[in-house]
Amino acid sequence: MSPAISIGAIGLVVVATIGIGLFGLRISRTTSDFYVASRAISPRWNASAISGEYLSAASFLGVAGLVLVNGADMLWFSVGYTVGYLMLLVLVAAPLRRSGAYTLPDFAETRFESPAVRRICSGLVVGIGTLYLLPQLHGAGLAVQTVTGAPPQVGAMVVAVIVVINVAAGGMRSITFVQAFQYWLKLTALAAPIFVILVVWHQPVGLLDSLHGAAAEWAEPLSRAGGRDHPLYATYSLLLALCFGTMGLPHVLVRFYTNPDGRAARRTTVVVLALLGLFYLFPPMYAVLGRTFAPDLVNSGADTVVLELPGRVLPGTAGDLLGALVAAGAFAAFLSTSSGLTVAIAGVIDQDLLRSRLHQWTGGDYVAVNSFRIAALISMIVPYLAFTVTGSLSLADTVGLAFALAASTFCPLLVLGIWWRRMSTTGAAAGLVVGGIAASAAALVNVAGAPQGGWPRALVGQPAAWTMPLAFLTVIVVSKLTPDRIPAGTARSMVRLHTPEAVDVDRGLPSR
Amino acid sequence: MSTPEGPRRVRVTSPRTSAARRPLIPTGTREIDEQTRLGEVYMQSLIQSQLRLTLAVIGGLLVVLGSIPLLFWLVPATRTLSVLGLPLPWVLLGIAIYPVVYGAARIYVRNAERIEAEFTEFVGRQ
Repeated sequence: MSPAISIGAIGLVVVATIGIGLFGLRISRTTSDFYVASRAISPRWNASAISGEYLSAASFLGVAGLVLVNGADMLWFSVGYTVGYLMLLVLVAAPLRRSGAYTLPDFAETRFESPAVRRICSGLVVGIGTLYLLPQLHGAGLAVQTVTGAPPQVGAMVVAVIVVINVAAGGMRSITFVQAFQYWLKLTALAAPIFVILVVWHQPVGLLDSLHGAAAEWAEPLSRAGGRDHPLYATYSLLLALCFGTMGLPHVLVRFYTNPDGRAARRTTVVVLALLGLFYLFPPMYAVLGRTFAPDLVNSGADTVVLELPGRVLPGTAGDLLGALVAAGAFAAFLSTSSGLTVAIAGVIDQDLLRSRLHQWTGGDYVAVNSFRIAALISMIVPYLAFTVTGSLSLADTVGLAFALAASTFCPLLVLGIWWRRMSTTGAAAGLVVGGIAASAAALVNVAGAPQGGWPRALVGQPAAWTMPLAFLTVIVVSKLTPDRIPAGTARSMVRLHTPEAVDVDRGLPSR
Repeated sequence: MSTPEGPRRVRVTSPRTSAARRPLIPTGTREIDEQTRLGEVYMQSLIQSQLRLTLAVIGGLLVVLGSIPLLFWLVPATRTLSVLGLPLPWVLLGIAIYPVVYGAARIYVRNAERIEAEFTEFVGRQ
C-alpha cells in the first residue's frame, strides 16, 4: 500500500469535512440553528445524514473483520444494526419527535416530571456515548497505523481534534451537511473496490472458493468458528441487543429532532433503512474475499481487512488508489459517528452540568454557545484518555456492549414511557438503575477477564438476553407497586406523544 | 277596519350572518383537551390501534428473523445448502433480509399514517 496516496486521500476527507463545516457555520446564525438546524432539513438529506452518522468504525471495518474471523454468525451484526432502525421506527420514531425532546434526559424529564430521572439519564448518555466513542478512536488509530505505520495515538488524536473543532464551531447544521456527504463517501469507498474486483478484474481465481468445499467450515452458522459456547443463545442475545439498543443511542435521538414533525420522522426512517441495507451488502464480501486473498489477517489484525484487501488483490496503481479511497471512507466513518456522539454528549453536559455552574462562576457573564463549546471539548477528552489506557479491543465487541447497555436502560424507558400510561416515576428510575447496573457489570467482567467458558461466559459476553427483560420487568413490577407515583400529567403527555400534528389539541407544552 | 299589529314583513336577501350560530370548534378535540371520559376513550383507541400495528410488525419480524437461527440449529443441512452458488445462510443474512426489512417499514408507515388520518378526520369532524 502506498502511504502517500492514502495520506492524501485522508487529508482530502479532513479538508472537505472542515470545509463543509465552515460553510454550515456561515449559514447557522441563531442559537436555534446552532443546536437543531432549525428543524428544516428535508427527509432525504436527513436520511443520508442519519445513515452517515450511524455507520461507524464498527460497521465500516468491524463487521468485515468479525465475519472474516468468526464466519456467518457475525452476519447478524449488520442485520441487527439495520433491524434496530425498524424497531425504532415502529416503537418510538413519531412519538419521540412529537415529544419535543431534544435529548433523552429532556424526554425523561417532561414525561416523568422528575429531575432525579433526568440526572440518571444524563449519566447514562455520557456513559453509553463514551463507550461508543472509544472504538471510533481505536479504529482511527488502527487505520492510520495500517496506512502509514504511525503509532495508533496519531490517528486517534487527529479524529479527536477535528471533531471537537467541527462540533464546537459549527454545531448541528454543519454536522448535518457533513454527515450526509460522508454517507455517500462511505458507500462509494466500500463499493468501488468490490465493483472493480468482481466486474472489471477478470482473473481465473475462484473468488467465492472460500465459501465452498472442505475449508468452508467458517462459512457455516453456529459452527463455533469463533470459539464461542452456546452459539444459539449468543445469536439471539446479540440480535436482541442490536434490535433494541439502537433507539437508546444518544446520537440517534438528537438527529431525529431535526425532522419537522412526527410524520417526517417516520418517512425519514424508511429512507434510512434503504440506505443502511444498501451499505451492509458490502462488508461480508470483504470477508469472503479476505479468506482467499488475505488469510493471514484471520489470526492478527482482522479489523484491517477492508483497508488491506484492495492492495492485496489488485496490483499496482489501481490497488493503491482503491486502498486510498477505502482509507478515506474509513476516516469519514470515524469522523461522522464521533461528531454525532460528541454533539449528543456535549448537549447533555452543557445543559445538565455546565451551564448552571458557568452561570454561578461568571455571574451570568457568558454566552450560551460558549458553554456548549466547552462541553464539546470535555466530551472528547474523557474517551481519549480512556483510549490511551485501554488495550486493543475488537471494534464490534465494544460497540456491542454499548448496544446492550442502551437496550437495558433507554429501551424500556422509551417503549414503556410511550405506550404504557400506568408507568410510574419510581418504576422508570428503578428500571434505569437495575438495567444499567446489570449491563455495566457484565461489560466490566468482560473487560476485566471473562469466565473460562460454558454458560457464565456466554451470559456475560452477550448480556442483553437477560439484562433487557430484567429491566422491563423491574419497571413493570415497581410501577404496579407505586401507583401513586404515576406522573400527574401522563394523560397530557400521551396526547402530545400520539396525536397527529394536524389535530389542534392542547399538547401541554409551549410550542417551540 | 284596523290593520293587524303583526310582525312586519321582511324580505330575506342573504343569510343572517350576525345571528348566533352553532360553534364551529370540533368537539372531539375539546373532549380531549378537557380530558373528559369521551376524550380519554378517543386517545385510548388511537394509541391502541397504533400499538396493535406496531406489535403486528414486531411479531411478524420476530417469526421471520427468529426462525432463521432455529432452522440452522434444527436442520444442519441448511447451513451448507447452496442457493444460486452461495450458501443459504449468506444469501438469507447477507442479501435477502434487507428488502424484507424495507418492505416491512413501508407497510408500517402506510398503515400508521392511515390510522392518523382516520383519527384526524374523526375528532375534527364532530
